[in-house]
Amino acid sequence: MKKIIISLTLTGLVLVAALSVLLPDEKGSTSLDILKAKYQGKKGRVADHSRYDILKQNFSDPRQVTKACLTCHTHAAGEIMQSNHWNWERPEYIKGRGIVYFGKKNAINNFCIGVEGNEQSCAKCHIGYGMSSAKNFAFNDSLNIDCLICHDNTETYSKGTEKAGMPGAGLDLANIARHVGKPKRSNCGVCHFFGGGGNNVKHGDLEKSMFEPARDVDVHMASDGANLQCVDCHTTKQHTISGKMYSLSSMNHNRAYCEDCHTARPHDDDVLNKHTLKVACQSCHINTYAKVNATKTNWDWATAGDLRNGEPYEVDDKDGNHTYLSIKGSFTWGKNLKPDYIWFNGTAEHYLLGDKFSDTTKPLVLNTLNGSYNDRDSKIIPVKIHTARQPYDPVNQLLIQPKLFAPEKGQGAFWKDFNWQSAASTGMKEINLPYSGKLTFIKTEMYWPVNHMIATKEKTVACTECHNSSNSRLAQLTDFYMPGRDHSSFLEFAGTGIIMLSLAGVLAHGGVRIYHRRKMKQENSNGK
Amino acid sequence: MENKVYIYRSFERFWHWMQAFLIFFLAATGFEIHGSFSFFGYRNAVHYHNIAAYAFIILIVFAIFWHFSTGEWRQYLPTFKNLRAQIDYYLLGIFRNAPHPTKKTVLSKLNPLQRLTYLGLKLLVIPVMVISGLLYMFYRYPQAGGIEGLRIDSVGTIAFFHTAGAFVLIAFVIVHLYLITTGTTITSNLKAMITGYEELEGHDSEGKANNKQTQEVNHE
Repeated sequence: MKKIIISLTLTGLVLVAALSVLLPDEKGSTSLDILKAKYQGKKGRVADHSRYDILKQNFSDPRQVTKACLTCHTHAAGEIMQSNHWNWERPEYIKGRGIVYFGKKNAINNFCIGVEGNEQSCAKCHIGYGMSSAKNFAFNDSLNIDCLICHDNTETYSKGTEKAGMPGAGLDLANIARHVGKPKRSNCGVCHFFGGGGNNVKHGDLEKSMFEPARDVDVHMASDGANLQCVDCHTTKQHTISGKMYSLSSMNHNRAYCEDCHTARPHDDDVLNKHTLKVACQSCHINTYAKVNATKTNWDWATAGDLRNGEPYEVDDKDGNHTYLSIKGSFTWGKNLKPDYIWFNGTAEHYLLGDKFSDTTKPLVLNTLNGSYNDRDSKIIPVKIHTARQPYDPVNQLLIQPKLFAPEKGQGAFWKDFNWQSAASTGMKEINLPYSGKLTFIKTEMYWPVNHMIATKEKTVACTECHNSSNSRLAQLTDFYMPGRDHSSFLEFAGTGIIMLSLAGVLAHGGVRIYHRRKMKQENSNGK
Repeated sequence: MENKVYIYRSFERFWHWMQAFLIFFLAATGFEIHGSFSFFGYRNAVHYHNIAAYAFIILIVFAIFWHFSTGEWRQYLPTFKNLRAQIDYYLLGIFRNAPHPTKKTVLSKLNPLQRLTYLGLKLLVIPVMVISGLLYMFYRYPQAGGIEGLRIDSVGTIAFFHTAGAFVLIAFVIVHLYLITTGTTITSNLKAMITGYEELEGHDSEGKANNKQTQEVNHE
């Protein structure tokens, strides 16, 4: 019997030892090595367009370039015309509203507020030519497509300011047309890094440092690292690009996920892999955003319109960020920001122009990202929350789309006339909404998912940055229990209580024993 | 008549000390995960806690087998005889150097209070810890990927029981450590659990009880 027990004991010990050895230690991930190898070779080589006869001409009009492109790429125009880059809207199913055609064209945000009426300026970032008014633009004319803004590989093509999307002057269109290829970071970035009227105003994680980011800014796009281009992750089929921004979209489809390359269980550590069910990769792998240049965190339109000697002026901080612009109001900027965190299931709701909104005691959220702990599709994602005060009609209970841009004074544009009344009445009239003549400013919020500026492994958010009770990154998410952050106060009280009582009990008992023992010893010696 | 008696066999001692080590280690790593302090580093604490948990479960499986194959499980059958006397002893007699009311023998090592306490540990606290611990490890979240049928809305419930058990175990350990000193001499209990031998009244040198009274206790 004894032998059996000893041998069983030894087997147990061996098992324990084996388990602790076999449970994986930190080591290089094989799948990561495969990915590195996959993206090492230079990808996306396209045919040498400089050899094509049709491109050996001197283009004077960019539409001629488009025409030349379409002679070979016969399906491209049709594909583009289906895309939201072209239409500036897409059909979205929104709960309670049904199918809504929604996008830049008709959205309202809390930066420059909205495109409508201001296309002459805003269309600099439209992939078309001459969209001076979205209402009157020929969305069915394929020659209006600007192929070059996305496909120019010379990095010389650019659109002119306030030219409704037409290219700038003095471009060598012929040379550009002969050097086209897959979009590079420079093609995407020229619009997406400058949304909201300046570098990094909107996103916080997309800005000019991402043209050639260092490895500690973004581990994927680092020009001294994997050097991925935007379209390596935002995979594209027939000109439909995956991955989209939830300031403008509502449905959970055609998204780009980290998991597409990395799988849902990318870690060697099973405990980390368990997190992926409820925590998006970005939540841990983006420690901060706006790592190089500041991003706008608050925009106060209420202070706009102040003039010095009748002229608009600007005030900058020491980094050159505008803190005040007469045309736009005052701004707060932030750099190296820790994201906020929310539950997100891939669907969003939006404030649409014309929606009545009466409870102005709390901020109006322009894009509500849906999700909660108990929702099986929800994960925790990092967001930038952009707050603002923007014009509102308290009588009609509508957010106001002001007329901001016009080429000349006297056309109602705020940026020329600095008059809220005329800007509001002109702007609302252009979108066929009423304006009461009364204008106040209300607080609004927008939620911008932070998906880029992935940190190096060393800078990944550590366990205790969330799993702690005093300053957890997830302190705002209170609808679930998280070890290390949450405690039952009853249990803490009861638990510490019984430990204290036990301690006090044994100390008292021991004390009394020692006392009696001494007393008895004394009595014994006295008795002798 | 006192004799050195072989009272704790080798597996029993190994089990006891292994269990002691694991409980201390699990408590240290566990309360780090709980956020009470930081020592190992959070991620290490989780990692070590899980390994120690598996080791503990393996140990428990062997201990159960040992208890049943040797019949030692009978040591934990509760008895109320002498219970009152045992309580009186700890509250009063011990200060007057009164004799232990329950005679310790190879066949009955535990006094009635110990029997009740250890039975409670084995049937309540340890199972609660093991079950809640396994749920903690394998339950992923309300729905996908976990134990679907359980439908526990939050890991909070699991954590509540697991933490409650941990507090109880710590309180037990404190009292247990103190009560070690209440043997015939201050160190006799400790020595016995280390060497296996203890000087016991009413045994011959083979460890066979020759006292009628203690044999009666065994048959409870």
